[in-house]
Amino acid sequence: MNPTRSERSDAVAGEDSAAHASGGAGLWSSVWRQFRRNRIALIGYWVVLFLALVALGADFLANDRPLYLHYRGNTHFPILRGYLVGMGLAQWPADLLNVDYKKLEGATAIFPPVPYRQTNIDLFAPLEPPSTKHWFGTDKLGRDVMAGMIHGSRISLSIGFVAVGIAVVIGVVLGAFAGYFGSWVDIVISRLFEIMISIPTFFLLITVAALFRPSIFMTMVIIGLTSWVGIARFTRSEFLRIRNLDYVTAAISIGVSNRKVMFQHILPNALAPVIVSVVLGIAGAILVESSLSFLGIGVPAELVTWGSILNEASGATFAWWLAVFPGFAIFITVLSYYLVGEGLREVLDPRLRGLR
Amino acid sequence: MASYALQRLLLIVPTFIGITLIGFLIMRLAPGDPAELRAAGGLAGAGGAGVSIDKQVSVDEAVAQWRNQYGLDRPLQVQYAIWLKNLVTLDFGESFKDNQPVWGKIAERLPVTIKLNILSILVVYLVAIPLGVYSATHTRTLGDQVTTITAFILFAVPTVWAATMALVFICGGDFFYLFPPGGLSSIDYRPDWPFWRKIKDQAWHLFLPVVLLSYGGFAGLSRYMRASMLEVLGQDYVQVARAKGLLERVVIMKHVVRNSLIPLVTMLASLLPALIGGSVIIETIFSIPGLGQLGYESVRARDYPTVMALYSVSAVLTLIGILLSDLLLSVVDPRIAFGRRQA
Repeated sequence: MNPTRSERSDAVAGEDSAAHASGGAGLWSSVWRQFRRNRIALIGYWVVLFLALVALGADFLANDRPLYLHYRGNTHFPILRGYLVGMGLAQWPADLLNVDYKKLEGATAIFPPVPYRQTNIDLFAPLEPPSTKHWFGTDKLGRDVMAGMIHGSRISLSIGFVAVGIAVVIGVVLGAFAGYFGSWVDIVISRLFEIMISIPTFFLLITVAALFRPSIFMTMVIIGLTSWVGIARFTRSEFLRIRNLDYVTAAISIGVSNRKVMFQHILPNALAPVIVSVVLGIAGAILVESSLSFLGIGVPAELVTWGSILNEASGATFAWWLAVFPGFAIFITVLSYYLVGEGLREVLDPRLRGLR
Repeated sequence: MASYALQRLLLIVPTFIGITLIGFLIMRLAPGDPAELRAAGGLAGAGGAGVSIDKQVSVDEAVAQWRNQYGLDRPLQVQYAIWLKNLVTLDFGESFKDNQPVWGKIAERLPVTIKLNILSILVVYLVAIPLGVYSATHTRTLGDQVTTITAFILFAVPTVWAATMALVFICGGDFFYLFPPGGLSSIDYRPDWPFWRKIKDQAWHLFLPVVLLSYGGFAGLSRYMRASMLEVLGQDYVQVARAKGLLERVVIMKHVVRNSLIPLVTMLASLLPALIGGSVIIETIFSIPGLGQLGYESVRARDYPTVMALYSVSAVLTLIGILLSDLLLSVVDPRIAFGRRQA
């Protein structure tokens, strides 16, 4: 344990939360400096950011409404207006209500790069190979594969993040209790770890999915509930180690409450290995989600996800574009989260240095 | 050794109870009890969404009767005891789908899944160990870098993608026909084929499923093997062995590899749940009549007793795997004392 780190958190302990943030920033800016030197991990980081941007801006990248429209002397921004209408703040002008924007006469329109939505069914163009019209081809209902992938990234990423969020809460709390209190609390919780790692997780997932009605929310919850063990074990071993450091003993001896010692004094110093398993956990959750939606379990059938597009390929084996593109998207996402996780591990866990 | 095995076996009991308790609680948390689900399954099977009123009455009667039969009208702890008792006697009830005993269905498919999983475990270790040894003894060479990067990339390739790509490109899609698109034996398979032909046919059908089930495992384990080798290589006794003039080959094979195997043996415990999950995907894609496929079909049909039985059976299989890895561990490393598993 680096003495300056424990000293700093000791000094910070009595101050307000703003001081906490600045104390943390020192550590994280040095982590970032070291992380940046690892070029491959940095590429992973940029891909992760890029994917997050695609998910956020999905409506502006693949939409059947134009970004900009000049029609009958008026200028419109239909995608933006769509948001306002969705929130109940605006209404569609009468001449734009339920129109096909691609067939408006005398209009100047700028469409997003992919002028389709993932739900646009075109029964006259099923299973079309990639062309200039549909860059990644179409599926059996004539839906644009690229639009499906762009909007599917939202489902994959949000399931990844929320599931891991749930896992972090459970894992950190249980790991902290086991490591901090030790004795019978540790025995009971460690027993629970053992049960959880012996459970055939994927089978548990499909069992739960068989009993409950499929929804994204349920998928998030069950993935989160089955994937916290790794995080809990890391937290536990960090708490076991830090609990015996002088600054913790000092804090306890001056009567700081257990809750404060655990979550304000120990947790910030125990976060490093947890963060690595969080990043790797997001990749894991995305993998599980894609397998579940490939099998058509857990996620509602009408949703287009990376896994569900991939599944169509197994029923139409000539349609190679249904296999190549969505699978590659899952692969690249998982790979870049792995790269970031490994890069972070190298920076945050000095014990591993020289092993690679 | 025997007493250690017995103690491990006894320790499995609380874990097993924990696992089944989770299964049982899920069953109780789920909307609708087994009797209602059975009625719903029967109605769905009969294809009738609209139920007339007089039929509805008989459905209600049937539900009440099943409830009594399953003991659902008794206290929760009694229900759990009954459930556990049925589990131990392998009485999983009857399938909602075809009213066949669930255990019969499972027994029929169990050998296939076990064969697939044992072959995959063998492949995982037979590839991972040599790769890891090679990588660790050739650090900072091109060969090591290529193996490390390949393993890393392979580890990130989703099984669903790899399997779909194989199906589309090399299993008789519109591209190449190198492997069969599914099943365990050829259509013209005859029992009076000569032995080698049966083996060849099996190998042809099993090759892709086994590779697809195991590549993630050996990619991951080879990295563990490499790290573990490097750690052992840095220890003093290796230097001593070298200093007393042992051949490098002997140092590596006799002294380093054996000690590097320890963490790999413990990995078996985490490999098994992954393999069982993976076989759901692989068996479904390649229509292999194993437990995974049965699980998938049962989930789709909401055949609830079969799903719960499969959950219990795969939990038992996993527990047996963990037990085996613990026993193996005490063979590989005689220092391991009972009750201490490395975190």
